[in-house]
Amino acid sequence: MSAQVHNLPLGKQVIEPVQKFFQRDQVFDFLVPQHHPLLDTRHKILLYLEGVSVSFDGFKAIDDLNLYIEEGELRCIIGPNGAGKTTMMDIITGKTKPDNGQVWLGSNINLLEMDEAQIANAGVGRKFQKPTVFEFLSVWENLELAMAGPRGPWQVFLSKLTGEQKDDIERVLSIIGLSDQLALSAGSLSHGQKQWLEIGMLLMQRPKLLLVDEPVAGMTHQEMDRTAELLTSLAGQHSVVVVEHDMDFVRSIANKVSVLHQGHILAEGSMSEVQNNAKVKEVYLGE
Amino acid sequence: MLNILRQDRGGKILLAILMIAIVLVPFLNLALPSEHPLHVQTYTVTLMGKYLCYALLALAVDLVWGFLGILSLGHAAFFALGGYAMGMYLMRQIGSRGVYGDPVLPDFMVFLNWQELPWFWQGFDQFWFAALMVVLIPGLLAFVFGYFAFRSRVSGVYLSIITQAMTYALLLSFFRNEMGFGGNNGLTDFKDILGYSLQSDQTRIALFVASCAALIGGYLICRAIVASRLGRLSVAIRDAESRTRFIGYRVDTVKLWIFVISAMLAGVAGALYVPQVGIINPGEFAPINSIEVVVWVALGGRATLFGAVAGAVIVNYAKSWFTVELPEVWLFFLGALFVLSTLYLPKGIVGLVKSKSSTMTSNSKDEESTAQISEAKA
Repeated sequence: MSAQVHNLPLGKQVIEPVQKFFQRDQVFDFLVPQHHPLLDTRHKILLYLEGVSVSFDGFKAIDDLNLYIEEGELRCIIGPNGAGKTTMMDIITGKTKPDNGQVWLGSNINLLEMDEAQIANAGVGRKFQKPTVFEFLSVWENLELAMAGPRGPWQVFLSKLTGEQKDDIERVLSIIGLSDQLALSAGSLSHGQKQWLEIGMLLMQRPKLLLVDEPVAGMTHQEMDRTAELLTSLAGQHSVVVVEHDMDFVRSIANKVSVLHQGHILAEGSMSEVQNNAKVKEVYLGE
Repeated sequence: MLNILRQDRGGKILLAILMIAIVLVPFLNLALPSEHPLHVQTYTVTLMGKYLCYALLALAVDLVWGFLGILSLGHAAFFALGGYAMGMYLMRQIGSRGVYGDPVLPDFMVFLNWQELPWFWQGFDQFWFAALMVVLIPGLLAFVFGYFAFRSRVSGVYLSIITQAMTYALLLSFFRNEMGFGGNNGLTDFKDILGYSLQSDQTRIALFVASCAALIGGYLICRAIVASRLGRLSVAIRDAESRTRFIGYRVDTVKLWIFVISAMLAGVAGALYVPQVGIINPGEFAPINSIEVVVWVALGGRATLFGAVAGAVIVNYAKSWFTVELPEVWLFFLGALFVLSTLYLPKGIVGLVKSKSSTMTSNSKDEESTAQISEAKA
């Protein structure tokens, strides 16, 4: 550009933005990622729920809920029917948007700005109350689909399993004890096996946070013991949040329990502390 | 390439039949004298070509319905749009040989006193342009429609209803003369394609061969999708959509792209159909047509691909036979076929054949699936 143009105010107005536009180190706002891809858990807290409220047709399903989950923690959440346990999971996983409040994964990922798929890819895995696996696909294929990796249609179309990924699937198969059933269709598994397969699918996602909704509903005692073992072995590398009705099961796995009642936390602490809490006795244990 | 057919015996048989037909049918038509008992009449060749176009349409529907659970009751719209794109090219090819002898304007425009070619008819005198539009226009409509429908999570019967509404809206608008597509008469009186007369045996054979090739290509595309991880993802979406979402997949994007591919295949089918039947009119958009396609797929066997092809050919052959021999019975037959196949053949003809053969060779399925997994692991 000639110096003459630079001197003109009008030329300056036009040219400077243009020059700025073509600068090689220019990063456009819409290209800047909203969130740092790496989780920030410097404060040892993985999940923050602060002042979360949501109401459906005037009914307050969640009312000023505050909950903090530490890294690697195994937390059990108990509460009577309608206490808002499933709604809370819906909020964390993006299925329901709260009316107000904050939900953060680590201190730098705002889950309220993301949809279900983004939240899942950010590291939140969820197991539903009713076991939902892909019944027409084999156990192996279920795990293959759940595996962390490409998510766009074209990449999925082109993707092939590498040796490492196959080892990964086999490792998870042995954790959930389904190595011999890998070729069976998921629909032919027993109820308990489906629950484990679903937990296995969660593991394939390599989540930071596992949300597990009633994992032992409808299980036999042996299956329950295995599930307890499975979940406790997962805590440490992952944070695990278990919502459960079965008190024996909760007693067998939990070191920290939160009691949810009418949409907010009533008490928090070890199982014995919670059981001796007067308010809890009144509303939940009925003693 | 062959990997995608490894587990697909029906597909191999189908492709073998099509490859034989590509060679044999032209030979039987052109090389044998017409009094020879094995001679195939040109009329029959064209009829078969028409069935193949229907088969490609059925394949497109099976891809979205069978594997993705999108019951589209509007696929005939994509078929008809592909047909119209081809029809526009064929109209421009007529040139000054039309009734009014106008070198540029098709007859119906002269009749309506139009002075110049509308903008959307520009370019259709070039075959490459028309061929591009054959896939682009249905693809674009599917993209826009699918973008809004899937993003707002419309699914199940509601989606089926709006696909019907879409094709019906197109039917009504194409009926209007002002649209510039020949109104209710549609486009017809075609003379030649790429300079070859549409009446000649050679051209008709070439169109049959092209239809065969398109069906083979379409089958391979669908099969490649279905046999890949994307195919397994589609089945996952079909059976447990929200679960798939919580694993981290963008369900709407997957649906959208497969829907667009399916619409493009339907467009190609329509484009090959039009020169063989010699006419395209708004009747092709009729909602009943789309429903019929679903009947073919259901009867042949959903989520098998080759079953859709078989269903399309069988039902259309039956239609040709009935409408000649017992015309008043056809619609009752079609209705009964749909009711009976849902009641007694939930997996279609393919399912029937499979269950018959698997009782003879018991446990073969288990062996097959174990072999499949060991292959996947290898």
